[in-house]
Amino acid sequence: MHMSTQTLVSTRDVAVALGGRPVLRGIDLDVHAGEVVAVLGANGSGKSTLVRTLLGLVPTVRGEVRLFDTPLDRFRSWERIGFVPQRANATSGVPATVGEVVAAGRLSRRTPFVPMRRRDKDAVAAAVEAVGLAGRLGDGVSTLSGGQQQRVLIARALAGEPDLLVLDEPTAGVDVESQEAFAAALGTLVDRGATIVLVAHELGPLAGLVGRAVVMRDGRLVYDGPPLAAFTEADHVHHHDHNHPASPVRTGDHVPSVAAPLDPPAREAR
Amino acid sequence: MSIFLYDFVIRALLGAVFTGLAAPAVGTYLVQRRLALMGDGIGHIAVTGVALGLLTGTAPLLTAVIVSVAGAVALEVIRGRTSTSGDVALALLFYGGIAGGVMLTGLAGEGANVLQRYLFGSITSISAGEVWLTLALAAVVLFVAVGLSPQLFGVAQDEEFAQVSGLDARVYNLLVAVMAAVTVTVAMRTVGLLLVSALMVIPVATAQQVTRGFRTTLFAAMAIGTFASLAGVLVSAFVEVAPGATIVLIALAGFVAAYPVGLLLRRRRRARMPFLEMADGLDGVVPVHGHTAVPEDHEHQHGPACGHAAVEHGDHVDYVHDGHRHAVHGGHYDEH
Ligand SMILES: Nc1ncnc2c1ncn2[C@@H]1O[C@H](COP(=O)(O)OP(=O)(O)O)[C@@H](O)[C@H]1O
Ligand SMILES: [Mg+2]
Ligand SMILES: [Zn+2]
Ligand SMILES: [Zn+2]
Ligand SMILES: [Zn+2]
Ligand SMILES: [Zn+2]
Repeated sequence: MHMSTQTLVSTRDVAVALGGRPVLRGIDLDVHAGEVVAVLGANGSGKSTLVRTLLGLVPTVRGEVRLFDTPLDRFRSWERIGFVPQRANATSGVPATVGEVVAAGRLSRRTPFVPMRRRDKDAVAAAVEAVGLAGRLGDGVSTLSGGQQQRVLIARALAGEPDLLVLDEPTAGVDVESQEAFAAALGTLVDRGATIVLVAHELGPLAGLVGRAVVMRDGRLVYDGPPLAAFTEADHVHHHDHNHPASPVRTGDHVPSVAAPLDPPAREAR
Repeated sequence: MSIFLYDFVIRALLGAVFTGLAAPAVGTYLVQRRLALMGDGIGHIAVTGVALGLLTGTAPLLTAVIVSVAGAVALEVIRGRTSTSGDVALALLFYGGIAGGVMLTGLAGEGANVLQRYLFGSITSISAGEVWLTLALAAVVLFVAVGLSPQLFGVAQDEEFAQVSGLDARVYNLLVAVMAAVTVTVAMRTVGLLLVSALMVIPVATAQQVTRGFRTTLFAAMAIGTFASLAGVLVSAFVEVAPGATIVLIALAGFVAAYPVGLLLRRRRRARMPFLEMADGLDGVVPVHGHTAVPEDHEHQHGPACGHAAVEHGDHVDYVHDGHRHAVHGGHYDEH
């Protein structure tokens, strides 16, 4: 390991509790500039909670998180980070175009009350093109398929031109075309030297890009090293013209929340 | 001559324009965050504010602004701190606000018709001072709602993403709540407290029938709101009814007219949505793609001009007719 490379993410002895129950324990993780790290593990093992903790969305009960060599509570360079939340929805109560959603990715670089500059518009156009949705800037996101909406959210993260990209299961339940567009976009980024933390159920077609894998089990890191062949499931390549057996039904990875009306909410980890 | 000569008419129209602009502008963010009824909650709280003004002899507009801002902030804090109880908190404020208002008005010895002015609007009795305060408040709300629209949109659309973009979601959520409270009091003399929420929500619902983007929805809603508000005030200048009712009925008529258009647009867009190859079991449903040649004869060749809906499907198009999806395959069609 080069001592000169910057450490973009660093955690020491981090523990996280949700709803009063310990969810993450003893997390020591360093991600260096240029690394492509896959976070693997079963549903409920704490992958989402881990990346959300790294981004300051979940409070820690113990230990320290640092981003770009800065303690999380003093970190302000959010334009250096791009985030794709797990199974988020690109739609809301009011219609929005692809361009508008992707433009939200520039918010970390914009000044309030100042209109988008040339640079912002170029970055939005480039991000939309990178995920294969060029020419659809003006389309309403609600008219896109789930996979295309997921690509819009990836473009939103890319639009900020981040140094560190954090993606939480970006290809789960996504159509083939979108998966390919996503793999291509990620490949380009990797070639440019971006640092990527990618939560995935299995590596599948992304295996070639990933240089390091960490495996979560029951809230702890149980493996940290080169991706093993066992992480790649070859039988997940699909073709237009063959019948494939039904995959097992996925159970949701949410715990149903039971709370009295005035209970404080346990911040939900997706 | 013309009714426009009267001072009070000019005041009424100014009030109507600013209310018509500001209410849907804030309403757009409430609808986006699926809090369409928040304006109603604040409107009910403002009743207590008005009554407090009547009781203490202070300008009701002032006390209404203060009480409803306080109520809106409380609402937002409760909403942020508790999980399932957003609507329960809203309901508590609803009833507390209106009961407190009626109680205080009673104590102040004012009759029901004074309160009624604020409940359903009474724009012709508005004083010059009140007009200026109303306009100033509305101008500030408009400036913020339009100027910060990228930030407000981002936070309402995806709070966590906004947070990771360095925006403090709580601050923006509070800002929307405060803007909603100020708008409620701005609209108090035009539409009235009980109907103000309608002017926040109906123009937005109408605009979304035909719009595709957020900014177009925002501005279309503001245009619709202004029209309804102006038309409503004009009508109620001739007919002896409270302006609130006419404004809301005109806005509703607009929605009824726009809805079929929206239905048609949505149906058309859905028909053109591409068919997808699923790579993964989504909720356990996996489409089956076998090689099935179509048995029936075709009198024409499917093509761009054949008149059948051509829907993208991966690297080709499927022609949709008679409940089937036909894809060209060599010299025949496959059922896809
Ligand atoms: N809001 C919450 N309250 C309590 N427990 C939670 C909450 N969110 C997630 N958990 C629990 O934390 C664990 C890790 O969840 P998560 O990080 O979503 O796992 P993964 O992303 O690996 O599927 C799970 O056991 C889950 O039940
Ligand atoms: Mg997860
Ligand atoms: Zn065939
Ligand atoms: Zn045809
Ligand atoms: Zn086909
Ligand atoms: Zn046919």
